Amino acid sequence: MLVYALRRVLATIPVMAVVALFVFSLLYFAPGDPAAIIAGDQATPEQIAHIRASLGLDRPFLVRFGEWSWHILHGDLGTSIFTNLPVSHMIAQRLEPTFSLMLLTLILSLVVAIPMGVVAAWRQGSWIDRLIMVVAVFGFSTPVFVIGYLLAYVFALQLDWLPVQGYTPIAEGFWPFLQSLILPAVTLGGIYIALIARITRASMLEVLSQDYVRTARAKGLGERAVLFVHALKNAAVPIVTVAGLGVALLIGGAVVTESVFAIPGLGRLTVDAILRRDYPVIQGVVLLFSFVYVLVNLLVDLLYSLFDPRIRY
Amino acid sequence: MRRRDLLKTAAATSVALALPNIGRAASASTLSFVPQADLAVLDPVWTSAYVTRNHGFLVFDTLYGIDSSYKAQPQMVAGHVVDADGLKWTLTLRDGLTFHDGTPVLARDCVASIKRWGARDAFGQALLAASDEIAAPDDKHIVFRLKRPFPLLPDALAKVASNMLPIMPERLAKTDPFTQVSEMVGSGPYRFRADERVPGARVVYDRFAGYVPREGGEASWTAGPKRAHFDRVEWNVIPDAATAAGAVQSGEVDWLEQPSYDLLPLIRRNAKLHVDLLDPTGFPSMLRFNHLYPPFDNPAIRRALLGAVDQTDVMTAIAGDDKSMWLADVGIFPPASPMASRAGMAVLEGPRDYDKVKRDLAAAGYKGEPVVAMLATDFPTLQAMGNVGIDILKRAGMNVDVQAMDWGTVVQRRAKREPPSKGGWNVFFTSFSGLDQFTPAGYLGIRGNGAQAWFGWPTAPKLEALRDQWFAAPDLASQKALCAQIQQQAFIDVPFLPLGAYYQPTVYRSTLTGVLKGLPLFWNVQRQG
Repeated sequence: MLVYALRRVLATIPVMAVVALFVFSLLYFAPGDPAAIIAGDQATPEQIAHIRASLGLDRPFLVRFGEWSWHILHGDLGTSIFTNLPVSHMIAQRLEPTFSLMLLTLILSLVVAIPMGVVAAWRQGSWIDRLIMVVAVFGFSTPVFVIGYLLAYVFALQLDWLPVQGYTPIAEGFWPFLQSLILPAVTLGGIYIALIARITRASMLEVLSQDYVRTARAKGLGERAVLFVHALKNAAVPIVTVAGLGVALLIGGAVVTESVFAIPGLGRLTVDAILRRDYPVIQGVVLLFSFVYVLVNLLVDLLYSLFDPRIRY
Repeated sequence: MRRRDLLKTAAATSVALALPNIGRAASASTLSFVPQADLAVLDPVWTSAYVTRNHGFLVFDTLYGIDSSYKAQPQMVAGHVVDADGLKWTLTLRDGLTFHDGTPVLARDCVASIKRWGARDAFGQALLAASDEIAAPDDKHIVFRLKRPFPLLPDALAKVASNMLPIMPERLAKTDPFTQVSEMVGSGPYRFRADERVPGARVVYDRFAGYVPREGGEASWTAGPKRAHFDRVEWNVIPDAATAAGAVQSGEVDWLEQPSYDLLPLIRRNAKLHVDLLDPTGFPSMLRFNHLYPPFDNPAIRRALLGAVDQTDVMTAIAGDDKSMWLADVGIFPPASPMASRAGMAVLEGPRDYDKVKRDLAAAGYKGEPVVAMLATDFPTLQAMGNVGIDILKRAGMNVDVQAMDWGTVVQRRAKREPPSKGGWNVFFTSFSGLDQFTPAGYLGIRGNGAQAWFGWPTAPKLEALRDQWFAAPDLASQKALCAQIQQQAFIDVPFLPLGAYYQPTVYRSTLTGVLKGLPLFWNVQRQG
């Protein structure tokens, strides 16, 4: 398995190279000019041209791409056109909020969604099954920002239990940290809970109709053991697959959630950079997200063998 | 878990959640502020963004300040002496001026700062063009030797519109004006904390203990004593309008610079909040023509469209029905400016007769050529302005090709001089602070210097000549008379269509007192109770 993992890690290199070329080309040919945005509304065309030249934005595509690639190969993501700060520093500042939000959302979603899916499958066709599926459809179809606004209105503005916005680093205390992430995590978790609950239900229904489940019941095992020890473990592979694929949903949802709750994470950094055409920052963040996604897929593949011993690498 | 245990746990969790004083705006010595946008660029010379100008006034002191009657008053200077012929100005720095790095402010720092600013700012360029030499004969004196009298010298150095003149150490001021300075070292009342900055999220300032406010007088706009009462000022960037309004309602922040118009009724119902208008000059709005290509290379067509302008429609779309939030019947200069007049305003008055406008356009030679209109969709005010502006063009019978895009694309594309059919444009919509259009000095929209002019590149030699005369005008009466002529000429050349002016409200906790007018300023503000 170690060899397999190493081979997969090495395979990420050409993937990242293609992503890099794609992102750089896309930004190069996309409309927009950071020099014009920097100069502001009061600048004349000549002043903008001067700034563009001073930033090196008037150089040919190949020169800029070559220079950027060379720096990337040396571990340098470049410097933000606007803030003059290293992109790696800006990303590092944003890692904790985003990964904290994603981790909390992931934990919350798995803790809520898997039991929901198991119970729905166990009581297929009952009112509780229908209720859980209605909740899942609601979670899947309601936009993240709508859930966010509603939660903030009720729990922050009306009940005054949680903050409306902002992020408290874990270094300033676990409780304030958790308080600042509860509403964003619930907001972001809605769609993820719906997705996992539905796939858990579908997968469990298939497993529960298998002979070995009937055998387990026949030999007198309790329902809890049947459901969570025998059935769930065998239903885990599709659940893990969807949970892994759903990380992309989390990344996309984090962009909106971070904007609604003013969390200084990578999602907001990406949006700000795109609106300003801060090319080095966009390229750095997209590379990071791509790398994370590739790693999550690798992790999912490795987890398959944990849940299903028949799978060998 | 038993049902009763579950309920107990839920209740305990609720109490625990409610216990801490959640997210309240930090300590009594911290002012929490939500700026209009992220402070992406720190150098107020490198960019003309208003948010950077506001940051500039925190960190950098200025040689002169502007008071509420729009008069330049000494700020870093103790005073000045002008020779009888008006060709030599000697400015004397006041005592006790210190930069945030502990070095004293010297005249040569000021000279280098003026030269850097003058390379970028329109008013500064006019001052530098009128100057033979700007020198620092010693540490306390700045000497301007002029080619011709420049009575507006203090006004230029006091500029509150973008770009403001930040005084910084000579070592930083020698940075190329088209490159951002590498450090934020000013001599203003607050010190920038680079170590606490999270771009896109938070900017922090500490009170500068070494700042010595002017003695006597009252704080007014950027003039008078700058007494900093808060130890710390935090700018928290909240991009979402509803979240920002929620934060100020809940007390998590003290001051929201630009609340959304949609949320104003809700905010006004909250007795703990105060809605204020800081900038009495408002935000004049415009439809800008590209003068290089048909149909708007034809002044008669531009003039015909003056009859179609309905400022009330445009302003209602931007700021709603509350007429205290906007002004129609706005000419070339903002109504708050002493340069505003009624000269030539008849073209904007009276009911709009679109049939007549159509006839006038046809008579002027309009043959249905397509008009490429760039519509920015990511700023609510610009989108509303553009939608109504485009409707005005359509009602006048123009063949409008609406191209929606984000503002970042508009600012890139408006710099293109190619024909509209090859990626260029015919019209776009924007607005400025009235401070930028207060006088002809920094007013880019009325420049008529062709290829060197602001986007749209009008060639209007009479406007340019009147502007030059204005700089040399000896007194306010002559300035006003010249501005009346500028307005009349602008209604002949029509570099743009004036679309009215809206006021930008600000909202802060009622416990804050001493909030100054003009722009968001952080001295003089205190928290009561």
